[in-house]
Amino acid sequence: MRSDRTPQFLLAMLAVVLVGGYFLPLWAQFLLTIALAKGLVVLGLLPLMRTGLVSFGQALYYCLGAYAGGALGLQFGITDLFLMMLAGGVSAGVLAALLGFLLAKYRGIFFGLLSLALSMILYGLLVKTESLGSTDGFNVEQFTLFGVRPDQPMVRYSMLVAAAVVCTGAALALHRYLGTPLGLMAPAIRDNEIRVEYMGGSARYAIHVIYIIGATLAGAAGALVAAAVGHIDPEMAYWTQSGEFVFIAILAGTGSVIAPFLGAVIFGVIHSFAFDFSPNTWQMVLGTALLLIIVFLPSGLWSLFGRRFKANEG
Amino acid sequence: MAEARNNLILEATGLNKSFGAVTAAKDINIAVERDSFVGLIGTNGAGKTTFINMVTGYLKPDTGNIVYDGRDITALQPRDITRLGICRSFQIPQLYNSLNVFENMMVGLAVVLHNAGRGGFFSSGEPIVPGRDKPLRAVAEEILASFDLTSYRSRSAQVLPGGVRKLLDIALTMVAAPKILLLDEPTSGVSSEEKFGIMEMVMKVVKDAGATVLFVEHDMEVVSRFAQRVIAFADGQVICDAPPEVALVDPDVLRFVVGSQRA
Amino acid sequence: MDHLAAVFFDGIIYSSWLFTAAIGLTLIYGVMKILNLTHGSFYALGAYAAASLTGALLAKGMPPMLSYAVLLGSAVLVALVLAPLIERGLLKHMYAKDEVVIMLITYALFLILEDTIKLIWGVNPYFIAEPYGLLGSIEFGALIYPTYSLIIIFVALAAGLGLAWTLTGTRVGKLLLTVIHDPEIARALGINVGRFYLVTFTFGSLLAAIGGAFTAPTMSVVPAMGVEIIVLSFAVVVIGGLGSLPGAAIGAIIVGLVRSASIHYAPQLELFVIYLVMALVLTFRPRGLFSIAEARKI
Repeated sequence: MRSDRTPQFLLAMLAVVLVGGYFLPLWAQFLLTIALAKGLVVLGLLPLMRTGLVSFGQALYYCLGAYAGGALGLQFGITDLFLMMLAGGVSAGVLAALLGFLLAKYRGIFFGLLSLALSMILYGLLVKTESLGSTDGFNVEQFTLFGVRPDQPMVRYSMLVAAAVVCTGAALALHRYLGTPLGLMAPAIRDNEIRVEYMGGSARYAIHVIYIIGATLAGAAGALVAAAVGHIDPEMAYWTQSGEFVFIAILAGTGSVIAPFLGAVIFGVIHSFAFDFSPNTWQMVLGTALLLIIVFLPSGLWSLFGRRFKANEG
Repeated sequence: MAEARNNLILEATGLNKSFGAVTAAKDINIAVERDSFVGLIGTNGAGKTTFINMVTGYLKPDTGNIVYDGRDITALQPRDITRLGICRSFQIPQLYNSLNVFENMMVGLAVVLHNAGRGGFFSSGEPIVPGRDKPLRAVAEEILASFDLTSYRSRSAQVLPGGVRKLLDIALTMVAAPKILLLDEPTSGVSSEEKFGIMEMVMKVVKDAGATVLFVEHDMEVVSRFAQRVIAFADGQVICDAPPEVALVDPDVLRFVVGSQRA
Repeated sequence: MDHLAAVFFDGIIYSSWLFTAAIGLTLIYGVMKILNLTHGSFYALGAYAAASLTGALLAKGMPPMLSYAVLLGSAVLVALVLAPLIERGLLKHMYAKDEVVIMLITYALFLILEDTIKLIWGVNPYFIAEPYGLLGSIEFGALIYPTYSLIIIFVALAAGLGLAWTLTGTRVGKLLLTVIHDPEIARALGINVGRFYLVTFTFGSLLAAIGGAFTAPTMSVVPAMGVEIIVLSFAVVVIGGLGSLPGAAIGAIIVGLVRSASIHYAPQLELFVIYLVMALVLTFRPRGLFSIAEARKI
């Protein structure tokens, strides 16, 4: 009785975004792109949270990816969006491969604190780096897609298309990954890591790999946002940015690879409307929402939809 | 003598282990024959757990060595020893509590698959479990069935009755098709009516799978009924090594082990 | 030579400020095993309350020398009103949850309180310079420091010594120490751990508010104060050891001196050197320099 409809749903959503997105007003296209990018970061958080670890430092890779993508344009004159995302993802992944040796040894709030400290180190470094614009950051050139610079009316839409395609691909890949033995091991590590060790498994290895995946996705997302916003600054590494990703992850739940994007879109909507309504109360709205979710819906919003998509997930 | 050698799956020679002033193991010499069912008895702190920890690699003996299937494993890491085929179960069942019984099996098998490098991202179709040569789900169902756990498959591990938790714990220990199974008090915390049932189930599965079993037990009825051979520990030493009908009336055993069971 | 003296004094002043700001966090963690993000809120609220109250009273003709008492009083007011409300109203029902989840709950509260501050006081900066300027300045050789810095040091010493005396000298304090060092034994001894949580949370929040209140005269009071102090406090407390009071002092001194040194000698390192030390401590001595909390590490 295995009807895993996740891939079909993802592709259907892609089609909806590609077609429907064309008719959205520019501001909506922009917001949706940003939401997809943040969803991509949270997608990377998902397997990590399944092992029971909450990273308060994804902003490290998010920001690094953004600067790497932006630097491509600054230093080498490369403006292709996919190359930017590739640069962002790879640089983040490499750093995570190194830092993972350290971080994979930690659990609980110590994992959170160390990841937070590392992201704040980047923040501090960037703020003091003149060549990268210090606190002002720098602007990113208009992006190109396969050598073509989109014309004005199509800029936002083409970016949305690129974002949607990348996110769908990442979600499909991660969904498959979560069905592999390593993916299945995640909840085991969360529930009883010692048992996993006694069965000959290496929790550290699994966590290290999962950590690298999360970082890579965050890096790619950072580059995407850099291109979308047209500007990068060190605030992207500040701990409150990591907090936002964690918030979306809690809001969404870890039940499916679709959840992070659902959560990010809802978050974006809340943010926009609450912010427009009253800029000084939207955090209050967020905080209240977070509290309500933690208390009443600890598996996130996805637990409301989950059953129809449940397949061979551990 | 040469034929007897081939028949030994585990040989512990001259094992010594001390923690400061405490001697946890003193000159332990144990040779285990393939497919045998050995009971380890002794009071708490007598050295049974130390022995098990040394065999599984979590403790390194001060002197002596351990040979498994002709291979010296004394210095190996626990993870490597497990992957070579020595697995242990736990006195307090170690389960994946937020998952149901079937998922527990799947996850346990996932570890085995991962260790064997199977079922990775780029592989296609359902991964084949090494040692059983069948796909993942089929093996999970099979193992559950062999332990009579199929009816519990959708129940969360957290809400299982005590005896079932024990069986699941042992079932998880078997997923890697180990050649040596170390059972730590397989019937503790289980009601008297269930004890024999559990041990019979385990013996049946183990015989079908072809494994050697060493089990720690405090219940002498279970020991006398199921062990082919009894090794008694006291003060870190082996004080008796004989078939149960001999061991359980041995004066030393009565004094140092059985007597204190009354407490 | 002057340079070194400047580094030292700057460092000690900054350390004192850090210590007062961070001590409440480590106390709450030590007793309740919670990483409390509302710490930042109480700090900010202490500052805002101090600024408003002192400003209002000064305008009504209060003698300026009394403003120091008002600073303290504002902090007490904030903590005594809000902390019990939070602890009894919400946290009490959440203690069974995972430590990370509780941390997230305090994060949610922090977000809510951030906006509460904006709603009450608006987003424009507040200034309350009188307590600061009143005392003039002091000279140490070629170095000139505002005398208010001594107040900062004094408050830190008072808070630290006061807390130390309370913990070792009073009955409640000794019980708290037991709960910090060995919660299992504490429960076994029949200590009603829950009742102490209220006291601890209030006291810890009071310390945070005091930190904020006495900081108010030295800088413009803005909503972002809470956000910044959280990470700084984390750094100090992690370096010293979560739950360790002497550790918080050592952590504050280390961070203060290191930061001061980097400002003088390598300014480009200033911002991140604190987090670098934090990361290094977590790497090599994850329990901190005075360990109490067993770092969860496999």
